[in-house]
Amino acid sequence: MSGDGETAKVYTLHAAVVALLVALNFILPEYHHGVLARVLVLAVFAMGYNLLFGYVGLLSLGHAMFFSAGLYGAGLPLYHLGWGVPAAFAGGIGAGILVSLVIGLLALRTSGVAFMIVTMMFAQVFYLTTLYFGEWTRGDEGLVLQQQSRQVALGAGTLDLTNPTTRYLMAVALFAAALFATLAIVRSRHGRVLVAIRENEERTRMLGYDTFANKLAAVVTSGIICAAAGAAYALLFGYIGSTFASVQYSILPLLWVLLGGAATTLGPLVGTVFMYYVIDITSSYTSAYMLVVGLVLILLVIWFRKGVLGTVRERWVRWLP
Amino acid sequence: MTALLTTKGLSRHFGGLRAVDGVDLALDAGEIRAVIGPNGAGKTTFVSLICGRYPPSSGRIVFDGEDITDMPAHLRVRRGIAYTFQITSVFAKLSVYDNVALPVQRTLTDGRSRGAVHHGAMDALQRVGLASRAHEQAGALAYGHQRLLEVAMGLALKPRLLILDEPTQGLSDGEIENFIALVREIASDATVLLIEHNMQVVMELAHRITVLNAGKVLAEGTPAEIRADAAVQAAYLGTATEAGT
Repeated sequence: MSGDGETAKVYTLHAAVVALLVALNFILPEYHHGVLARVLVLAVFAMGYNLLFGYVGLLSLGHAMFFSAGLYGAGLPLYHLGWGVPAAFAGGIGAGILVSLVIGLLALRTSGVAFMIVTMMFAQVFYLTTLYFGEWTRGDEGLVLQQQSRQVALGAGTLDLTNPTTRYLMAVALFAAALFATLAIVRSRHGRVLVAIRENEERTRMLGYDTFANKLAAVVTSGIICAAAGAAYALLFGYIGSTFASVQYSILPLLWVLLGGAATTLGPLVGTVFMYYVIDITSSYTSAYMLVVGLVLILLVIWFRKGVLGTVRERWVRWLP
Repeated sequence: MTALLTTKGLSRHFGGLRAVDGVDLALDAGEIRAVIGPNGAGKTTFVSLICGRYPPSSGRIVFDGEDITDMPAHLRVRRGIAYTFQITSVFAKLSVYDNVALPVQRTLTDGRSRGAVHHGAMDALQRVGLASRAHEQAGALAYGHQRLLEVAMGLALKPRLLILDEPTQGLSDGEIENFIALVREIASDATVLLIEHNMQVVMELAHRITVLNAGKVLAEGTPAEIRADAAVQAAYLGTATEAGT
């Protein structure tokens, strides 16, 4: 348990990161402004993944399912039923809760490699379902959410989610909410139990903890955060498609988290930004950019075995949460 | 005195091996009971059935008047049965403090005050003499200290029945002396079930001794009675050895 001085340091650091992101809104050139808005939403997805993978030690290969539950849960009613933005966002979260609760109840009967495979299989089922109901989802082609449906009446004015500044600031707001929620969870008693389960589940049970219930709670929390990212993605960028439910989007958050540092609160942001820009920059020079990406990943694994922030914490900044 | 814990015909078979075979045992509240027996006699399996790590093949377990035979392990812990592992299994990567805070926060039902967890955790560490090492990483402790931390984790659960599985294994003579005093103190407000190989510890601490051999109760009595028992002598001299634990 950290002392009060450490608590202050931790919160100052996290607040500073959020303040920096807000400040970037006014500084960044247009292109990077747009990229960062997208990256922030994806970083929320990574944070949801990190909660389960980093802190509880459950490696899921099915998180695309939670992200796209939020994406479709928000996007479909908005498109087909004419729901407003707040209702659609709530719909996305609701879909995330439902899917993660059912998947958690079923998949947590397994562990280790079996858990990986079971979550991947369910995610494939979800992906194929989005294709099967192509009449409503338009499958891979996807749906574009119209500009006028992505506006919220707010008192006298309107909040236009298609406006770049609004979009960016909404992304920062969601990111900040997810960041401080994660921070609160991992520093709570529940968080301590989750880490204990990761370290030794049998021992945790013999201290009187219902490890299944704790893991289920973590799956649902992770599902909510990922679904919130999915719903925000649909509402801010106006596109929903089956690609987001494909296995690629289950592996990406794992990669982002591993790069940034598993079981660090800020690691998912670092990993997502890093990965996005490595691909972005290298692909502008060569069509063989994946070769460069692969090399960078290998170098990172050699020098930053625990991800960027995981290694920073291990070597230099011990108080990093 | 009423029995805190009774087992009736408790058995556990692994394939053809009868690791525990029809054990009847009654444990009085407040006593220190030692369970001894040769390697593979089924001691660890027997206490694992009591704390719920394995389900029994047959038989019943009653704790404080309640049948707990089919109860999940974590609920038994909440009823007051604590188990300290034979093979030290502290959370090596967590701090000593966090290791003890985990059981303490489990037992707290009085809201979210952090002070209460802190007080309970430091109290448990104080009792085993590890308070000054609260912020060290548990895995970095010396082996003897890890054993003591294991006991502190059990203590922090405020158990009514504390099961200690080979607690003095690997401790130095000096540490064993301290440990004996610690168990006496624990027994002032809890019942202790002690699996132990060190006969000096058993004879000094136990009110009664149960001898297991090949999964069955071979003898039961006061330390003096057990010392004089011919069947026990024969079992320990080892006419036959059984596999498994």
